[in-house]
Amino acid sequence: MHLRADSSKCCGCRACQVACSLANFGENNPKKARLAIHPHFPDPGVFEVRTCTQCGTCAEVCPVDAIPVDKKGVYDIDPEKCIACMACVEACPEGVIFVHPDREAPFKCIRCGQCVAHCGMSVLWIE
Amino acid sequence: MLYGYGGNILRIDLTTGSITTEPTDPKLAEKFLGGRGFGIYFLFTEMPRGADPLGPDNLLIFSPGPLSGTLVPGAGKLDIACKSPLTGGYAGSNVGGILTAEIKYAGYDSIILKGKAPKPVYIFIDNDKVEIRDASDLWGKGSLETEKILKDRLGEEFQIATIGPGGENGVKYACITTDYGRQAGRGGVGTVMGSKNVKAVAVRGNKSIPVADVQAFRRAARAMYKACKDSPGLQVWQRYGTAGVTVWSNEIGAFPTRNFSSGQLEGFENLSGEVMREKIVITDKGCFGCPSPCGKWSHVKKYGVRVEGPEYESTALLGGDCALTDIEDVAYANYLADDLGLDSISAGNVIAFAMECYERGILTDKDTDGIKLTFGNAEAVFAMLKKIAYKEGIGAVLAEGVKHASQVFNKGSEVFAIQAKGMEFSGYESHNAPSMLLSYMTCDVGAHHNRSWAITYDIQTGRDTVTPDKAERVIYLQHVRPLFDALGACRLQWVELSLDLNLYVPTIAALTGLERSWDDLLKVSERIWNLTRLFWFREVPGFGRAWDMPPARFYKEPVVSGPTKGKVMALEDVERLLDMYYEKRGWDANGRPSPQKLEELGLTEFAAAV
Repeated sequence: MHLRADSSKCCGCRACQVACSLANFGENNPKKARLAIHPHFPDPGVFEVRTCTQCGTCAEVCPVDAIPVDKKGVYDIDPEKCIACMACVEACPEGVIFVHPDREAPFKCIRCGQCVAHCGMSVLWIE
Repeated sequence: MLYGYGGNILRIDLTTGSITTEPTDPKLAEKFLGGRGFGIYFLFTEMPRGADPLGPDNLLIFSPGPLSGTLVPGAGKLDIACKSPLTGGYAGSNVGGILTAEIKYAGYDSIILKGKAPKPVYIFIDNDKVEIRDASDLWGKGSLETEKILKDRLGEEFQIATIGPGGENGVKYACITTDYGRQAGRGGVGTVMGSKNVKAVAVRGNKSIPVADVQAFRRAARAMYKACKDSPGLQVWQRYGTAGVTVWSNEIGAFPTRNFSSGQLEGFENLSGEVMREKIVITDKGCFGCPSPCGKWSHVKKYGVRVEGPEYESTALLGGDCALTDIEDVAYANYLADDLGLDSISAGNVIAFAMECYERGILTDKDTDGIKLTFGNAEAVFAMLKKIAYKEGIGAVLAEGVKHASQVFNKGSEVFAIQAKGMEFSGYESHNAPSMLLSYMTCDVGAHHNRSWAITYDIQTGRDTVTPDKAERVIYLQHVRPLFDALGACRLQWVELSLDLNLYVPTIAALTGLERSWDDLLKVSERIWNLTRLFWFREVPGFGRAWDMPPARFYKEPVVSGPTKGKVMALEDVERLLDMYYEKRGWDANGRPSPQKLEELGLTEFAAAV
C-alpha cells in the first residue's frame, strides 16, 4: 500500500506539498514536502506528480541501515543514524527522497495521507 | 516574530543599483494587512507627488499578502501597484500563479522597484541573494519565450514575471505575465516595468512562513479545503473555470458585443465552456493552493500554439466585443496578446472601438493600412494586436488606450469609447445593470469588475431599478473582494464555491496569532479604498465626480439587440447612483472623502499630503 497519483488530473497548485510540510515538520513550506510536482510547460503542458512507492530501494542502498521499514511497509529515514551520504537520494527510482538546506538528513514520504486530504482535484490516493 | 509574513521589505533602486532590505513593520501589517494594502501605502508614502508614470520616480511594487503561499484555498494572489500610465491615477493589478508564494518563501512582503536601469535587466532573487542582471539578450522577445529561456537557464523552481514587446514599447495597457499565462493585466503595470528597463523578475525561495499556532492552523485550513471539496459548485468550476460564465452572460444579455452595443453575440454557443473544454483544453492549471482552478491550458491546433485560457474576460473582449465566434480564433488572439504582453481586456476593447470607428467611416482603409477592420474579422484582430504592440501605423494611437484614441479620432467617438477614468471596461455589458455600471464607474483603478462584481445583485433585485441598496451593495463588495487582494488570496472560493467567510477568521488568527473579526478586516479594506481615492486626488489635477462618469453610450444609446434590446440608463439615474454612493461612503458631492471619514479610518495624516 502506498501513495499513488493520477498526474493527468493535477493542476499544479501544491496544496499537497504545504499540507505535507505542515504535518511532518510543523512548517509551512512546500520546499520541505515529501512528494514532487514537475511542471512541463509550455509544451507538452502537463504536471507530473511523483510519489513514493515504498519500494525499499533506499533502505537497500543505505550504508548505515538508517532507513527501517515498519509493520505497515512504510520506510522512513532516521535522522539520528543518517550520515547524509545521499546514496538513497541518488538511488530512488522515483526521485522522491528530498533534501533542504535546513536539514542534514534527507526525508521521504511516510504515507500520512495529509496530501490526499487537501487535494481538490482528487489526484492522490493510498492503495 | 511577524507570523504569516515573509518578514522583509526589499527595495531595489535601478538607477543606482542599490539593494536594501528592512524588516516588515508589524504596525503596517496591522493597519494595511499586505498585498494591495502595502502597495498603496508604499506608493502613497514613497512616490514623489506628481511623478511621471513612465519616469524613474514611479514605483513598481510587488506585494504578496499574509495568506499567500500558506495552506489556504487559493492562496496564490499577488498585487502589483504603481501610478498608472493609462489613467494617471492608482493602478493595483492582481495576478495568480505561484510567484506570490515564491516571494514569501524568499522572505519578502513587498518588492519595491524604483529608478530606471541604464540598459535592459532582469531582477534575480534567490532568497537573500538579490542581483540586477543583464537582460540585453532577452529584450524584444515575447513574454512566454522569455519565461521559458529563464526557466531553462535558472531552473524550473524559479518563478518568473516577464513583459513582452508591448511593455518594452510603452503600450499604455501592457501587462506582466507569470506562469506562462497569468497576467497582472490592468492599468499598465507592464508598461511601467518596461519604462524601468526591467524585462523580468525571477524569484526562488526556500524559507518557511512562520505560523503562530501550527495545529490550530492545520485544523482551520483543513476545514476550508473540506468545505471547498464538498461544495456542489466544485465540479463544474473545475471543468470549465471562468469560461463557464460565457453562456450565462449571453443569456442574460451581459456579454459585451460589438463594442458594448449589445449584450448577446449571435453564435455565442461556439465560445462556451463546453466547446472550449472539448476542442482545446488539455490540462487544468491552478494558482497556488487552488482546489478549483480557473486556469485551463489549451492546445490551439488551428494555429499550432499553446496558451493558458482563454479566460472569460479574454473571450468577452477579444471574442464578443470584436464579434469572433470561433473559440480557436479567440484563443489565438489571447495567445498573441499574452506573448506580446498586452492586457487582453483593454486590447480587445480598444480593437472593438476601432472596428466601430471603421464601420462608421471614422476610420478608413488608409488609416488601417488596408486592414478590413470589420466586426468578426479574426485576421484583423491578430494584425491589430501586433500593430499595437509595435506601435505601427494606427497601432500607435490605439496603444494609448481607448480614451486617448477617441480624442484623436474625434467625430463623436467619445460616446462609444467604453472606459471610465481612462481604463477600458472589462467583460460585463451594463446598460441594464445599475449596480454593475456603478461598480465600473467607481472602481479604484478604472473600469474593472474585480473590485465589485454586482451583476448578480441586479438580477436578484431588478435590473431597471435605481435604489440606495444598490449603492450599498457595491460598497460592500468593494470592501469584501479587495480584502482578498490585501490578504493575498483568491476570492473565487467564496464567490463560486460559497466558501463561508467565517472560515477565514480562525485561519487568519492561527496563522498570524492576532484575533481579528471579519468586520475589523473589512474596516482595513475600507481604509485601503479611501487611501487609493486620496491618491487619485493627489495625482490627477481636477480629479472628482466627472472621473466617475461612464461613457454616454450607457445613457444615450439603447442596446441594439439581444435580451436587453432597447434598454438604456437615464442620465439622472446615473447621477443619482453616484449621489447615493458618495453619501453612503461619507464622501462629498465631488467624491472626496470627508475629514470625518478620514479620521474614522486613521487616514488624517495622509489627507494632509493631498
